[in-house]
Formats: sequence, structure tokens, C-alpha cells
Amino acid sequence: MSLVAGWDQALSEIVLLSLQVTLSAVFVSCLIGLPLGAMVGAFRFPGRRPAILIMNVLMGLPPVVVGLMVYLMLSASGPMGVLGLLYTPTAMIIAQTVLVTPIVAALSRQVVEDLHQEYSEQFTSMGVGPLQRIMALLWDARFSLLTVVLAGFGRAVAEVGAVMIVGGNINHVTRVMTTAIALETSKGDLELALALGLVLLLIALLVNLVVMTVRGTAARASYA
Amino acid sequence: MREVATLRTVLSQNVIDAAIAPPLMTARGLGCSIKGQRLVRDVDLTIRQGRRTVVLGPNGAGKSVLLRLLHGLLPASEGTVLWRGNPLGADAQDGQAMVFQRPVMLRRSVLANLNFALKVRGFRGPERARRAAQALEMAGLDHLAKRPARVLSGGEQQRLAIARALATGPDLLLLDEPTASLDPAATARIEALIGQAHASGVTIVMVTHDRGQAQRLADDVVFLQDGRLAESGPASTLLHSPRSDAVRAWLDGRLFVTTPQTQP
Ligand SMILES: Nc1ncnc2c1ncn2[C@@H]1O[C@H](COP(=O)(O)OP(=O)(O)OP(=O)(O)O)[C@@H](O)[C@H]1O
Ligand SMILES: [Mg+2]
Repeated sequence: MSLVAGWDQALSEIVLLSLQVTLSAVFVSCLIGLPLGAMVGAFRFPGRRPAILIMNVLMGLPPVVVGLMVYLMLSASGPMGVLGLLYTPTAMIIAQTVLVTPIVAALSRQVVEDLHQEYSEQFTSMGVGPLQRIMALLWDARFSLLTVVLAGFGRAVAEVGAVMIVGGNINHVTRVMTTAIALETSKGDLELALALGLVLLLIALLVNLVVMTVRGTAARASYA
Repeated sequence: MREVATLRTVLSQNVIDAAIAPPLMTARGLGCSIKGQRLVRDVDLTIRQGRRTVVLGPNGAGKSVLLRLLHGLLPASEGTVLWRGNPLGADAQDGQAMVFQRPVMLRRSVLANLNFALKVRGFRGPERARRAAQALEMAGLDHLAKRPARVLSGGEQQRLAIARALATGPDLLLLDEPTASLDPAATARIEALIGQAHASGVTIVMVTHDRGQAQRLADDVVFLQDGRLAESGPASTLLHSPRSDAVRAWLDGRLFVTTPQTQP
């Protein structure tokens, strides 16, 4: 098939940028979302219910809306306009981070809350402090949280609306798999679109396989 | 004749011990209500230094609730608990350790479970390693150190839970039915562990349903029925000549029901 022949410079550039943007966004989202989710999951504080509600609502934010918001922030007349980030990969990372952080926070909140149910009294009995509690819960839930991270990755890598708006789909600069697929399809170049679509599918499959294997091993060792 | 005399001195020695051992923990008029339900009420008791207090009573009598109250996990709605002479505060768990009815195993290895408990209490470096190794040996779990704690058998988990509780060197160890659902051999190992802890000066409070165990381990007995103290005192008296109907019925293996039941 011409798919292999079609694996050229342009294609790999697009795939690599996609992965770079998405992985960066997922990484930043975890840095923010995991501790946030763990804190809301483990601690009781006034306003906790509304916080959970907001997290759950944000989880379903339409990507184009996120794209528009980030666009307004980064555009020349926006509050962060001076940074000149619009139409750069950084802008796409920001947009995807906004999109993925609520997912990581909301899902990890649930995971951590369930584990904390089991650990809470034991931790109090041992004299575990708040910070230690969060760290220990995140560590002991690590295999369940892998699925959470995967969900975030899946959402980011497949998303087209937000990166299109803030990235602009500029060739060699901000063109990623999803925006390229959209463009090539509209141009009628179905071959490249299909090739990219297949790569996207393959990545999703691969990531899922890895996570399933790791979780399976962990479950057999009773760590999950 | 000699035997009687010996028995008398043993008995009186026990009574004297009970009187002179300083109280580690005292509860006065202790009660706990959750959602309008009075789970425990009017409990007066004294836990004396270095002694083993066994808590008895039927299912749902409030034994686990009482342990949680003493450990500061549940707030008292009535009465007071004094711990080393001071009201039980935020530092309730300092110097105490509790093993729960369903032991909580962290999703880590056996050794990591011990290390975590030690780290939390501020043990570092070689001292932590020494204590962890000692705990492993005491629990007879050396060969399982690297095993995930949650794959251990019930008896092994219970031994790990006790060793983990003792590793940090508490003054008081609270045990909630540590041998429920264990076979006689596993029970004997747990009792040996408890005996070792007691011999090294740890004060023990333990819930059990096992009359034989109470007889083997108890210095003092507390009998709960429907959230109230039915009777308490030295084991030698309570287990042999109880004053209350509740304890007498329990010793006879009869069902003791406080509220009259209508015949079907
Ligand atoms: N957190 C709680 N909220 C509401 N009710 C509770 C709570 N904890 C215990 N109870 C109730 O208090 C009563 C006493 O419970 P507890 O667990 O102390 O019994 P127990 O004497 O330990 O019984 P068992 O021998 O079965 O372990 C029970 O009726 C139980 O349902
Ligand atoms: Mg109980």
C-alpha cells in the first residue's frame, strides 16, 4: 500500500509535533490536576461539594470554547498578548492543558476518595500529616491513576477545535495530526488524511495496550 | 492448703497490682452518639499502665466504637477521656497504636508498610532500618518482606498489622479482634506477639469474642452490652464470679437479651 511510501518527512514532522504538544500538556495537567484531585478527594473543607461540581462540569468543556478562551487571552489585545504566544506550539500546549487538567483532577478525585475511604482511619492512627497523606494516596493509587492519565491523553491527542483556533494549523509550525486531517480532508487529499488517521489510531491502541499490561501486572501483584 | 495460700497471694498480688499501677487512660461518663443514635453511653473505665484489658460483649455492643473513642478517632459526645492525665486532644494518637478489625494493608510490600509507619513517626536512616528488621523478625515475616502486603494470608496480614503498630514503640496498643477468623495455630502466634509486646511494657487493650483468649490474656475485663458497661474488673473475679446477668449469661454461652422479646 502507498501508506508506507507516504511515510515521509512531512508526516513524521506532524506526528512528532502532535506527540510533543499532547505529552507536554498531559504532563502539566498531571502536575496541577493530580494534587488538586487528591486534595479534594482526601480533605473535607467548606465548599468541597461546589468544587467537585465545577471540576465535573469543566471536564466536559467543548474544545472550541477552550480554544476561544485561550485565544482571547493570548491575542494581541488580550491580557497575555505581549507574550506573543498565539499561533505557537506553546499556545496549543496551554489550550490542551486547560482542556485536560479538569479531566485529570475530576477523575483522580474519585480514585483518591475511594482509596482514602479505606486508608483514612489507619492514616489518622499512624499520625500521617496532610502532605504525607496526599503523597501516599497518590502513590498507592498510581496504577488506577494511570488510566486517568490515559483518559487525559486520549482527549488531548484526538482534539482538533482548540489547537486549530490557537495554533492556526501553520505548516511546519503548528500543524498537528488532527488539524492536518481536517485540512487534507477538505482539500480532498484523502490518502494523507487516512494515513494520519491510522497513525492516530495506532498511537491510541499502543498507549492502551501499555496501560493495560502495566495495570494487569499490578493487579496480579495486588497493588491496584 | 499450700495451694490455696499461693492462690490467695497470687490473687491479692493481682489486686494490689491493679490498685498501684498508674492509670494510663481514664474514661468518665464516656458516650458517643451518631445521627441521634447512642452507640456508647455512661462508660467509666481505667486502663492501667502495663496491664492487659480485654473488652468483651456481643456483636454490635459498641466495642469497636469504644476503641475508636479511646484512640481519638471518634469524638466523645458525652464525658471525658484522659490520656496520661490530659484530655484527649489532637495528639491523641501519639504514643498509641491501633490494629483495626479489618487490618488496612497499604498497596506496597510488607517492608514498605513497616517503613511507611516508621517514616511517619520520624524514624530515619539506620534506626528505621533496624526497627523495620526487628518488626519483620518479631512477626516472622522476614521471608515475605518483598511480597505485596495484600497477597498475604489473613494470619500474616494480622501479624504484619500488629508488628507495624508496635514498630514505632507505642505505650498503648489497641487491638480490635485480632484473631477473629484465624485458626488455632495462627491465633497462638498472634497471642505470642501480644504477649511479647506486653512483656516489653506495652499496655494492651484488646477486643475479643473468644472466652479462652480472654482467660489466657486478660488482667482486666470490660464487658459491654448495648453500648453500656455491664461489668468491669479484674479478670480473675469477672470471669469466675461475675455479678451481672449479662456476663453470667455470656460465660454460660446463653443468649442474653435485655429487651423482652415477643414470642412468635
Ligand atoms: N460510624 C458509625 N455510624 C453509625 N453507626 C455506627 C458507626 N459505627 C458503629 N455504628 C453502630 O454502632 C453499633 C456498635 O458498633 P460496633 O462496631 O462498636 O460493635 P462491636 O461491638 O464492635 O460489634 P462486633 O463484635 O460485631 O465487631 C452498631 O449498631 C453499629 O451499627
Ligand atoms: Mg467490632
